[in-house]
Amino acid sequence: MANEVVDHGRRRFLTATTAVVGGVGVVAAVVPFLKSWEPSARAKAAGAPVTADIGKIESGQMVTFEWRSLPVFVVNRSPAQLEALPSQNSRVVDPKSDAISAEQQPKYAQNESRSIKPEWLVLVGLCTHLGCVPDFVPVMKPEPFDPNWKGGFYCPCHKSRYDMAGRVYQGVPAPKNLLVPDYHFIDDTHIQIGVAPGEKG
Amino acid sequence: MANVFTRLGDWVNERAPNLVPTYRKHMTEYYAPKNFNLWYYFGSLALLVLVNQIVTGIFLTMNYKTSAAEAFNSVEYIMRDVEWGWLIRYMHSTGASLFFIVVFLHMFRGLLYGSYKKPRELVWLLGMLIFLSLMAEAFMGYVLPWGNMSFWGAKVIISLFGTVPVIGSGLQEWIMGDFLPADATLNRFFALHVIALPLVLLLLVVLHLAALHEVGSNNPDGVDTKHGPKGNRWDANKPADAIPFHPYYTVKDLVGVGFFLLIAAFIIFFAPTFGGWFLEHDNFIPANNLVTPTHIKPVWYFTPFYAILRMIPSFFGTAFWGVLAMFGAIAVLFVLPWIDAGQVRSIRYRGAGYKWALGLFAVSFISLGAVGAGVVAEVIPEWFGDVDVTVWENAFGRVMTLIYFGYFVFLWLYTHLGWEKTKPVPERVTTHD
Repeated sequence: MANEVVDHGRRRFLTATTAVVGGVGVVAAVVPFLKSWEPSARAKAAGAPVTADIGKIESGQMVTFEWRSLPVFVVNRSPAQLEALPSQNSRVVDPKSDAISAEQQPKYAQNESRSIKPEWLVLVGLCTHLGCVPDFVPVMKPEPFDPNWKGGFYCPCHKSRYDMAGRVYQGVPAPKNLLVPDYHFIDDTHIQIGVAPGEKG
Repeated sequence: MANVFTRLGDWVNERAPNLVPTYRKHMTEYYAPKNFNLWYYFGSLALLVLVNQIVTGIFLTMNYKTSAAEAFNSVEYIMRDVEWGWLIRYMHSTGASLFFIVVFLHMFRGLLYGSYKKPRELVWLLGMLIFLSLMAEAFMGYVLPWGNMSFWGAKVIISLFGTVPVIGSGLQEWIMGDFLPADATLNRFFALHVIALPLVLLLLVVLHLAALHEVGSNNPDGVDTKHGPKGNRWDANKPADAIPFHPYYTVKDLVGVGFFLLIAAFIIFFAPTFGGWFLEHDNFIPANNLVTPTHIKPVWYFTPFYAILRMIPSFFGTAFWGVLAMFGAIAVLFVLPWIDAGQVRSIRYRGAGYKWALGLFAVSFISLGAVGAGVVAEVIPEWFGDVDVTVWENAFGRVMTLIYFGYFVFLWLYTHLGWEKTKPVPERVTTHD
């Protein structure tokens, strides 16, 4: 051998640089595979706004519409249900939706009824705990899950409860109020879900 | 003819001289302690079920359609129109539940006899990795029939990742490849269920066995046979208190296999859904993204962990704590060899405190299973009449969650502070001649 003495420093340097360059290459090669799991262009394009006819929803009734494959609840709240809302302020986590749930509705729906028009409640019907669809339990009567029930939503998965404005009760697994999506009234009997008032659809 | 086989054998041996000795070391002439009892059936049974899942699984893929539009109907097609398809599918679905039964018992055996203790920590760690992969494998398999419980089970489990602070919602969409479980989700779960995870599982099983054979099997007395007295009727250098796997344990395990197949066949032929426990009723309804099943619950083997998730309320505006506790319940098992510093392995010679603690731990695990499956919520009104079910279920579930985690806290204190008063451990296994 021409070189009897092994230069350990040089060998370490070469090993380290080879490992670093190889490592960068591996990380770079992983990126396309990880990105392939993102929602595809087709899945993203399926999220167009939806127009819902709410003219036939009677007082106290709820109808579910589909928007981006998500269930959207539209409730026509009765005067009695609206009157009961302030009585629940002490039992819900965030009565004014300005603390933990500040981001759970657009600014124009950040009010006592969490809506544009007091009687019309529009919610994404997915529990903020783990995304089940809560049941609509509108009648004010003692329920097994709540003796002082004043109407609202009850999630069968993990027993989270929400009042008639989608505000989450204290002591349940769900952390936040139900999400109010962007929506606006086209006329008295039609709303468009996915587009804020004054925004272009 | 014999000559041809002998020559073929010689030909292979010349080219791979280590093949036969390796086979003997790990299979036929693996020396195992001679005092194995009933608890030692479950390792070989787990291997049997694994083979069953792979074989039946391969045949199911031949008729299953991987798409949200076709998956549900293709499973019904297998059940109704494919010759013997119902049997293959029920063998696979029953096998999944039986897999967890034998694995839970196999793990409990490890707790009973201290099989996770030095020098078998690596065996335990590899076993825990198998358990983790098996849970992922089972979860993804449950999604494939695309029934309503498949859909909502997937939704809830994937939402667990959505509670991770900051990256949560992006992570959730990344896992699903959509805004809800959809075609993309089903396809990637199929790929993971039939290719990626089975490869990982097989590799881990090989490593689990290799690690075991390196240190030798534990036994109900928890004494070391590998470094005990030497010399038995077959070999002067092999342990005196161990016997070769073949024919002794192959024959013993065949008895276990016989009983096991009897039970499995009964379930497959007479109670394949097992009253809604092995195949849930809601999963015979096609997936519907607008309607949640009335009682959404995972398959029974996830219920203890699911109950822990449910029992932890939200704090500081996030549901992440329940998720942490649920994964913590599994993570804490990984470090069990370092939590338990007791020098005595087997429960036979451990202190009374350990026996009580392990008993309570088993009770808490089963109770949490009952909470997670909704059984507790059902019996409360029947037993106690008109009471607030949620309050009582939460109280019970939280006490059981405390006991579950309390086991590990107690065990650490008990062994690290020297509170344990053990009995003398015999020099050799108690059944030697």
